[in-house]
Amino acid sequence: MKKICKTVPKNRRLFGKIMRGTITIDTEFCKGCEYCIEFCPKKVIHLSEKLNVKGYYFAELKENEENGCTGCATCAISCPEAAIEVYRE
Amino acid sequence: MKKIYSRPKSLSKVPFHHCPGCGHSIIHRLIAELLDEMDLQERAICTPPPGCSVFAYNYINIDMVEAPHGRGAAVATGIKRVRPDCLVFTYQGDGDLAAIGTAETLHAANRGEFITAIFVNNAVYAMTGGQMAPTTLLGQKTTTSPYGRNPQSEGEPIKMSELLSTFKGTSYIERVAVNNPKNIKKAKKAIQKAFQHQIDKTGFTLVEILSPCPVNWKMDPLQSCKWIDEVMIKEFPLGVKKEIK
Repeated sequence: MKKICKTVPKNRRLFGKIMRGTITIDTEFCKGCEYCIEFCPKKVIHLSEKLNVKGYYFAELKENEENGCTGCATCAISCPEAAIEVYRE
Repeated sequence: MKKIYSRPKSLSKVPFHHCPGCGHSIIHRLIAELLDEMDLQERAICTPPPGCSVFAYNYINIDMVEAPHGRGAAVATGIKRVRPDCLVFTYQGDGDLAAIGTAETLHAANRGEFITAIFVNNAVYAMTGGQMAPTTLLGQKTTTSPYGRNPQSEGEPIKMSELLSTFKGTSYIERVAVNNPKNIKKAKKAIQKAFQHQIDKTGFTLVEILSPCPVNWKMDPLQSCKWIDEVMIKEFPLGVKKEIK
């Protein structure tokens, strides 16, 4: 247990348990308002370089930092389009 | 991995027509979540207003009766009296509830009708292009007040929550905002309480929600959230204005 504590940052643990999660964003619903990017406590969401069908730059999870997501659902709570699904281990 | 959050069942799977960052979409979703959680989808009736939220019936999958401009409270009164077992709520903007429908709203509240009004306050007439509304802040520039609202010619912003909390017929009045996750959670709790008060038949309930309107305020979505925090909340303080227990 101690070894894990050394490798995992303190704020990713809740009651000693390591929080890991992920999100999926429906890119056709997203309008790029950036609420999820602003309110994400881990800053693991960014705007894409591609456009969706409506012509908005959509939000997506950063690929290399996917493990930083704790599944706290703050992005989903602030998303106006209800485009985010949250999964937690 | 376990799914812990997804689109509520009461919300149809179609994209909203609202502008990016609009508060209406957040409030639609909160209502849909509550209808799911409280198991009210089968017996809820809403009266949406004209305005940006006119297509609420396309998104929230419950029975709806479209009300003429401002007459939401009057239509909801009729529905509630015919179907007292249903949850009846109006969804109104500030131009709808505080300008055109002031008489209907005040008298429905005074009679103590068992309905809930969800009052979305974004300080402008949004759908028609950002004209001055009764709730426009002093000095705020709109298309019909290009030099800023002047209290001598246009008056002070109306505070409907404080006004309605003086009536005996009202039982629960709260002002909330949807400009950050913390306030969104509080807004959901407020709407839940209002619905519960209506089910318990304590009186008229109203939840006023300060909502961002980035396009008509001529800001980007994040700036409009900050503007609510820095300017709007000072004029319209949040909190429970009245609660009968």
